[in-house]
Amino acid sequence: MSHDAAATRERIDRLYRSESRRVLATLIRLLGDFDLAEEALQDAFMAAVERWPRDGTPANPRAWLISTGRFKAIDRLRRRSRFDKVLGELAARLDDDGAPDPAEQDDQSLEDDRLRLIFTCCHPALSPDAQVAMTLREVCGLTTEEIARAFLTGPPTVAQRIVRAKAKIRAARIPYAVPPRDELSDRLETVLHVVYLVFTEGYAPASGDSVVRTDLADEAIRLGRLLVELLPEPEALGLLALMLLQDSRRAARASADGAPILLADQDRSRWDRERIAEGAALLERSVSSGQVGPYALQAAIAVAHAGAPTAQATDWHRIAALYDLLARADPSPVIELNRAVAVSMRDGPSSGLALVDAILARGQLDAYHLAHAARADLLRRLGRTADARAAYRRALELTRQEPQRRFIEQRLNELGHGPGDDDASRPGQR
Amino acid sequence: MKYLCLVYADEAKLDVMPQHEVDALIDEVLANNEELEASGQLILAEALEHVAAAMTVRVRNGRLSATDGPFAETNEQLGGFALIEARDLNEAVQIAGRIPSARIGSIEVRPVIDLVRERSPQ
Repeated sequence: MSHDAAATRERIDRLYRSESRRVLATLIRLLGDFDLAEEALQDAFMAAVERWPRDGTPANPRAWLISTGRFKAIDRLRRRSRFDKVLGELAARLDDDGAPDPAEQDDQSLEDDRLRLIFTCCHPALSPDAQVAMTLREVCGLTTEEIARAFLTGPPTVAQRIVRAKAKIRAARIPYAVPPRDELSDRLETVLHVVYLVFTEGYAPASGDSVVRTDLADEAIRLGRLLVELLPEPEALGLLALMLLQDSRRAARASADGAPILLADQDRSRWDRERIAEGAALLERSVSSGQVGPYALQAAIAVAHAGAPTAQATDWHRIAALYDLLARADPSPVIELNRAVAVSMRDGPSSGLALVDAILARGQLDAYHLAHAARADLLRRLGRTADARAAYRRALELTRQEPQRRFIEQRLNELGHGPGDDDASRPGQR
Repeated sequence: MKYLCLVYADEAKLDVMPQHEVDALIDEVLANNEELEASGQLILAEALEHVAAAMTVRVRNGRLSATDGPFAETNEQLGGFALIEARDLNEAVQIAGRIPSARIGSIEVRPVIDLVRERSPQ
């Protein structure tokens, strides 16, 4: 390969990484079908590899890829139409539907295609699992194998989810569209939820042997940035702020051997100040809209932690007040649990314990290891060692995360293995 | 494209609804049907008798059996349907959301298959 050809090839590879998702998003609109558009995308890049070294790189590569992909798809349909009349009709319709030359479309309509793709992948008619798989596959361009690895499941499972989702999009005629203004906030909520699911799976995997699965957290932040760029709604800003602020603690969250380190024990000099500043600025933009949603509130809590130079200097009054707002905006037992912990830091462990016991008494978080770990910690702070040990053991039974197991075991060791009779002397405590 | 909206509701709850509320609901349903018909979005809508009035028919080995039932143990029963015409699923969901019974029970929105197109070419 000549030097020029090698340089062109490298340019095409770079272009694939930066442009392939945009080109795909537009091809899906032009061709009306995900699979056809994906084939067309591959065809277009193959044509580029063949022709650009010979004919030179076109002035507008993205537009070239889109029109080439479209022509290749029409060609494909024509060839298949020898066996299927319907495809022939489709090819003819695509050919003369007078679609404007993509090269002449303004950037806005092409950006809209990316939003169409996001909203279609996160359509409420698809299951959350399918939404996540479709978003990572189609919007982020991850392979089926990469998605399977990230979610600790087999590639056939992921492939099947994607095939079924595409079949549903086709059969039920899920439109390739950005929802109208009056439906936007509900639909955006689903999209943000998918992005946050990807982030939390990366940041706090439900199972497995590592505290942070970096790739997914990065992918979610990239998605968050894309959303903020395309649709800077308050909660989109709030979610990106939240992810950046949580991610700022990445380097401090685990010890060298992978054990999790609690917020209070983290080396705060290892927090990423750049991410904190970016997150705080995004949060301000979100709050200045006058609307404060659950993601913005969680980001505000994260900012309060980030602003404390030491764990002792944490403003628990502010954090507990923010949790009060959050519990009202987005009621859930997990948020109540976090609120209970904040209250225990503000008012003392016995107030926190009363709240945690009330949540557990409702049976809502009985199988959630962190609820028992939080309870154990409060009991430990109250000096009720035997009860604390029992609660840690319950948490240990429930966790499937190896680093969490090691962490709880360490706490148990610190409490010692004695018969813990301190409760016997205070029988009325329970 | 056609979609069938299957209206499910708790019969027991409907049975104890005061007559004036039943009347108001019926008026609302009829008015909504008229509007949808006028806009060309409704093909056919009907309400159904209780599940208790139903029979289940099967033909096995050429023999017809007709039995009482169905007896599915569900909280909500099929109580009506609307066959609609919509541009896409989003429009179908919009229309389904306007069916008054959606506030009481739930509506299953099912895309209708074009059997002729579905059949492989002869």
